[in-house]
Amino acid sequence: MRAAVNFIAGLIFGLGLVISGMANPAKVQNFLDLAGTFDPSLILVMFGAVVVTLIGYRFVLRRPRPLLAERFLVPTLKDFDGRLVIGAGLFGIGWGLSGFCPGPAITSLLLLAKGTFIFVPAMLVGIGLARILTQASLPAGGVIPAASSED
Amino acid sequence: MVTEFTPIASMLGGILVGISAVMLMAFNGRIAGISGIVGRLLPPYAGGDVGGAASFILGLLAAPLVYAAATGAPFAQNVSGNAALMAGAGVLVGFGAGLGGGCTSGHGVCGIARLSPRSVVATAIFMATGFATVFVMRHVVGG
Repeated sequence: MRAAVNFIAGLIFGLGLVISGMANPAKVQNFLDLAGTFDPSLILVMFGAVVVTLIGYRFVLRRPRPLLAERFLVPTLKDFDGRLVIGAGLFGIGWGLSGFCPGPAITSLLLLAKGTFIFVPAMLVGIGLARILTQASLPAGGVIPAASSED
Repeated sequence: MVTEFTPIASMLGGILVGISAVMLMAFNGRIAGISGIVGRLLPPYAGGDVGGAASFILGLLAAPLVYAAATGAPFAQNVSGNAALMAGAGVLVGFGAGLGGGCTSGHGVCGIARLSPRSVVATAIFMATGFATVFVMRHVVGG
């Protein structure tokens, strides 16, 4: 049951990226190219996704618990910290250079482009490096303090 | 390369992404953040539900094949073949999403839908550096 639900959710997500054109890095880079071949499609993808999610979450999060899990795992951090700012900044640079973010890159794997086969392993290395760095800076015991804004 | 503005298809695709995000919250109680889901497949598996994450990724991988079967045409995309550029960009995207706690889906869709100030700030920052990067790449260096 859980495997089927997750597979279908992934399939719907991937079809969304394909149908919207976001699985084409050229379309994403054109959104980011205000001074050139600007294509505003991405903003409508975000708009459609955010509106559906905003309304859907309102109903779902009112329930006592998820259908297949013990509890809702919703991020609780509120502070802006150096990690958020630097992480998002670096992410945007990589996104602009390639036109790929994690979802479209994974969805693209079986389209067999050479660049995708280079991008995805490099992305996994990046995720691993970030994990090593953030875990190395955690206090002993690995518990994230409630207000981790000191860095 | 010029791409065509596709308002209907893009809005429809966005709605599908939203439906998937609501599904994951309703069934698993989790955010549909792709970098987080991918991260759960990497050791030490601290994020839990490795099987769920793997099933979701299989669905993502199947999407372009299902699309091709349904429409009779493969999905056309333009991916840079510049190995150094794609390797560097991949590390930046993975590292940045890991450090910043999310990517375009986790912050840009789910976080904004939750009206999370952190996600609004993260999205504004990665949009800004994305705009700046493409500007430099296409109009300063490549111009």
